[in-house]
Amino acid sequence: MAERVAITGVGQTKYDTKRADVSIAGLCREAAVRALEDASVTWNDIDAVVIGKAPDMFEGVVMPELYLADAMGATGKPMMRVHTAGSVGGSTALVAAGLVKAGIHKRVLTMAFEKQSESDAMWALAMRIPFQPALVAGAGGYFAPHIRAYIRRSNAPDHIGILVAVKDRQNALKNPYAHLHLEDISYEKVAESMMIWDPLRYLESCPSSDGACAMVVAAEDSVSGDRAPAWFAGTAMRSEATQFAGRDQVNPQAGKDCAKEVYRQAGISDPRREIDAAEIYVPFSWYEPMWMENLFFAPEGEGWKMTDSGATAIDGDMPINPSGGVLSSNPIGASGMIRYAEAAMQIRGQAGEHQIDGVRTAMGHAYGGGAQFYSMCILTKDKP
Amino acid sequence: MPERGEGTIVERPLRLDYDYTAGLAQSRFLKGIAQKKILGERCPKCGKVYVGSRGSCPTDGVATDGGEVDLPHKGTLTTFCVVNVPFAGQSVECPYASGYILLDGADIPLMGLIQEIPHDQVRMGLRVEAVWEDEVGPTLQSIKYWKPTGEPDADYETYKMHL
Ligand SMILES: [Zn+2]
Repeated sequence: MAERVAITGVGQTKYDTKRADVSIAGLCREAAVRALEDASVTWNDIDAVVIGKAPDMFEGVVMPELYLADAMGATGKPMMRVHTAGSVGGSTALVAAGLVKAGIHKRVLTMAFEKQSESDAMWALAMRIPFQPALVAGAGGYFAPHIRAYIRRSNAPDHIGILVAVKDRQNALKNPYAHLHLEDISYEKVAESMMIWDPLRYLESCPSSDGACAMVVAAEDSVSGDRAPAWFAGTAMRSEATQFAGRDQVNPQAGKDCAKEVYRQAGISDPRREIDAAEIYVPFSWYEPMWMENLFFAPEGEGWKMTDSGATAIDGDMPINPSGGVLSSNPIGASGMIRYAEAAMQIRGQAGEHQIDGVRTAMGHAYGGGAQFYSMCILTKDKP
Repeated sequence: MPERGEGTIVERPLRLDYDYTAGLAQSRFLKGIAQKKILGERCPKCGKVYVGSRGSCPTDGVATDGGEVDLPHKGTLTTFCVVNVPFAGQSVECPYASGYILLDGADIPLMGLIQEIPHDQVRMGLRVEAVWEDEVGPTLQSIKYWKPTGEPDADYETYKMHL
């Protein structure tokens, strides 16, 4: 029989352009200690550690899990590292949850990080492939053509991306951990920002952040702490090839399959009605409406109407990224786990100023690579 | 918490040289390019034509060698991006348009640079043709860029399934 699994503690660092006050290990430790404190447990109560980050070549530290073992209190314990590109924060948490669900461990500490100030992600993502000209400029350059295809396919008006960028940055003002606190954010500011990867403007793109996120994941008989946990009601991962004839790059099949599976496990038939808040991986503005369709919050071609009508705003009927999302903080490897942690915080009533009233069901979502890896969870207040 | 100072980040460039083996499928393709030919490979099962093939159909998992198709040097720009941000290793000056070119008769697009048209006039469905370097070799860099053919734009319906 599978064990019930809950998130009993979450810990985040302050996200920033440059956390020069800490090393990579210090950054990770900061998140981990906060997660342990939130769960009211000590290092001794942890059975295993699962950590994740994006490609090693970002920071140029190969297999950082080796050197991070001590900082993560993993000496003498099982330790594992996960890597699924940008979705890694989500899949790392799901590997930890899986170990508990399978009855292998009672309490697992999971942590994901990125220290972009010590790295060059733009370089790492614009790799020189032999015999080919270098044309793709980082993640934005990769995703911009697919965004253009979405706009054409859905006939969405041009301003939708700007609305997402403004909304997420306004939400970030309510989140003390968020990297970007753009007090003067406005429609005009975003509209006038430089078109760096046409059709994507500078302010429609995620920042480069330093940061780490950690969570304590526990079995039902090992739930601890003063605060009620967030229960995993569904967990799913899916992947697909980056290149095959007829691949739908706008609305990828693996994303749809992953969403269907996570909803099936959680018994959700109408996600927009049944999910109270969602933290969705939106590194570029237009991915909000695109994922609304991929995740069945809106019919195909109508995701942008949710953004346009204000449904995805913090006071809308389907709040998306009340934390400010990836558009406001992007320590790449951690970004997926932050989605899960923020979803858990909404369930547990610990989201402070960006708390949405009465959240009983929340979703965490991450994607990565060339939109080929997906990791999703449904968290609930009630024991599933 | 004790007072903490700020660390200093020191840049230490590292260099890693490696030998790259193109493999059988890519070698077939690159040898074609060296003769100004763009060779696709047709999957014997689904009939899709892969260009820049890895020697097998990712959908059916079967080898595509023997299914060589000599593709025309023109096609349709399905979608694109205008790049306005410089990055390390960049081969062209900003702003430039690069995008997915679906050669006539192929089922998967090639990445290419679009020139001889102002970047703000580049559009989905634009018909383009290859402009080759004077000296060609076994590299995709032998295709200097893609330029408009002057034909009317392709109808969206003809390429929407490739987006
Ligand atoms: Zn096939």
